[in-house]
Amino acid sequence: MAAAIDRDRLRELVARGAQLVEVLPAEEFREDHLRGAASIPLQDLDRDSAARLDPHRAVIVYCWDAA
Amino acid sequence: MSPRAAARLEQFDFTEVYEYRAGKLDWMAAGLATEGENAARPRAGTVARTDVPICGVDDRLGDVRERTQAAGWDVAVVTNASRVVVGMLRAQELAGDADVLVERAMRPGPSTFRPYVPIKEMADYMSEHKLDSSPITTSDGSLAGVLFRADAVREAEGCPDCVRKMI
Repeated sequence: MAAAIDRDRLRELVARGAQLVEVLPAEEFREDHLRGAASIPLQDLDRDSAARLDPHRAVIVYCWDAA
Repeated sequence: MSPRAAARLEQFDFTEVYEYRAGKLDWMAAGLATEGENAARPRAGTVARTDVPICGVDDRLGDVRERTQAAGWDVAVVTNASRVVVGMLRAQELAGDADVLVERAMRPGPSTFRPYVPIKEMADYMSEHKLDSSPITTSDGSLAGVLFRADAVREAEGCPDCVRKMI
């Protein structure tokens, strides 16, 4: 099961090469996203779109908030 | 949304998946940089002045007034040792009895705003509510700066699109 992390842990992981993925709609990604994040909206997340990511590196997913 | 995305990635055999549940809101509320179309547009945090005088509740009002005026300000922010905002001293409060402690003179619990709020939204709100200045704080309540209505209105005039889109 995926581990929940906070902002500080996110920065540590990204510094060590973790991949960031925003799963909000593409329009929201266009407006603002964390530096270096990839956009894969949740509705588009399937094996094909996930193939853009390296499965052997850590992945951090985020949306707008915890809701 | 992120738990579902994490679950899907695990189904696709990703072995090290994390969820940043607090999300983009938490990141932006902390005043951290983003990329994207809105990233270069002025927001509360980028227009706020960061050199505002700060003081503690145990300071003497007369001392704070002197420091504030010497720095060319007519407002001071009252914080704790961690820079968490606990009150404001605007011109009216600063003009009080010099020997009173800030604790007794300050206006406690001022409305604060997050650094990511678009400047047009701030300008409209501050104009509507006749707020001359507002503290801008991060998600943990720490002071990021003070936004003046005049600054917000001026910046907003140059950026009429600087409002949040509700998707």
